[in-house]
Amino acid sequence: MSGYFKELFGGTKSLFVGLGITFKYMIKPVVTVQYPHETLVMPPRFRGHIELVGDEETGAPKCVVCGMCQKACPTNCITLTGEKPEGGKKKVLTGYILNFTTCSLCGLCVESCKFDAITFSRDYNLAGPRKDAYIFDLKKRLEEKSG
Amino acid sequence: MNDLARSPNQETFVLNLGPQHPATHGVLRVKLTMDGEYIVDAEPVLGYVHRMHEKMGENRTWVQFMPNTARLDYLGALSYNHGYVKVVEQAMGLEVPERAEYLRVITVELNRIASHLLWFGAFVLDLGGFTPLLYAFDDREHILDLLESVTGSRLTFCYYRFGGLCNDVDDDFLTGTRAFIKRLRKRLPDYHNLVTKNIILINRLKDVGVLSAEMCRKYGATGPVLRGSGVDYDVRKNEPYSVYPELDFEVPVYSEGDSMARYMVRMDEIDQCLRIVEQALDKLPEGPVMAEKVPKILKPAAGDYYGAVEAARGTFGIRIVSDGTNIPYRMKLRSPTFSNLSLYGEASRGLLLPDALALMGSLDLVIPEIDR
Repeated sequence: MSGYFKELFGGTKSLFVGLGITFKYMIKPVVTVQYPHETLVMPPRFRGHIELVGDEETGAPKCVVCGMCQKACPTNCITLTGEKPEGGKKKVLTGYILNFTTCSLCGLCVESCKFDAITFSRDYNLAGPRKDAYIFDLKKRLEEKSG
Repeated sequence: MNDLARSPNQETFVLNLGPQHPATHGVLRVKLTMDGEYIVDAEPVLGYVHRMHEKMGENRTWVQFMPNTARLDYLGALSYNHGYVKVVEQAMGLEVPERAEYLRVITVELNRIASHLLWFGAFVLDLGGFTPLLYAFDDREHILDLLESVTGSRLTFCYYRFGGLCNDVDDDFLTGTRAFIKRLRKRLPDYHNLVTKNIILINRLKDVGVLSAEMCRKYGATGPVLRGSGVDYDVRKNEPYSVYPELDFEVPVYSEGDSMARYMVRMDEIDQCLRIVEQALDKLPEGPVMAEKVPKILKPAAGDYYGAVEAARGTFGIRIVSDGTNIPYRMKLRSPTFSNLSLYGEASRGLLLPDALALMGSLDLVIPEIDR
């Protein structure tokens, strides 16, 4: 019988202790961010989708079309094409397509690039109405960015 | 055990738990044969998120398989990453710099805490308590922020490389981790007051879903499930790897074998993880984080290699067979929760349905890891 009352009192007390903690946190400041009114800044190493890096002076892509990123990709989501312009010695990038639908954001492409020609985007608000919206033409994006 | 459940003489019925049931935490289906509220038989049905990770390992290079390891158990991704790089380093004979090993331990233990915190929240949620989940997520968020600042992602971390790490940590991470240890130590008493000492939780978990050490051995259960049944087995202690032998920590063991014991093992483990991280931060040496002379194209010598690590849910073993080329010949992943779930059919026999769900929660299942 005494065990019963002991459990009853102990149990009731434990509920009030728990309630006390809830009250303690009730008056503490809010920890959540009111998205989308407030947004967080992504840290520098954030792995978003990839983006081509343009030359600081000319704005042309730094990519030399070596194809290492294409080879490194586990899901074959990078397609790039290049050609040698007449009279030129180096290959010039003509198209860089990222199929973001199969990209797993592993970052092996950026790691394999010896020329720092690709980087991670900080964009995480990705939404699109169709599948095509995720076939990124990175060369076009770079041109639009550099104007 | 209920007499009816032991020898069902009345009509039984089949109840489908899942594959879209919140208590199964993913797409696990359990076919329950019920006698009223009592379970006569439970048969887990797997395969809803099978993605052929083992087969994927056989058609891509050693490096390319790395992101897959983070997608097995998405709550404790770094342990799996660690297991994979460890066994390939073993095959290649690569020496890992000490700083890299310490940073591996720091990040993997932080990940273990994050995994246990999520389990804690979700488990209490299964039992009907909503608030603890929010506290647990608040703390977990700090770990995710820390790990995101070094690895670049919040869940599918892929931080280790063959021979070291992909990049070094900065001072912000080190001070942030120390601040977090302090913070969580202050919060843990709150967790215990709010949940562990709560009479409802105690009554729901004590003497419910008792697993004997014999049953755990029979099904190959490892991790907190095994330690909750009184078997002192932890790969970090029994087959030490990385720099664990240099760190002082205990392995919590409870002999009761009930759901409460498994709960306590995990809660004590959070404490021990904090100790490990603190010591590793104190001992963190300077130096490089990547071994020199790591070949660009990996071709481990032909042979059969096995390595195991202690993941948040138990022993994660990985066996690789190399035929000397840059693509693995065979990749066998031994995931802990598959074995932990296997005992569910036998263990849940005769339990009330809500108690069986408490038992399932205490096993800490991650379905994508079971299915692979």
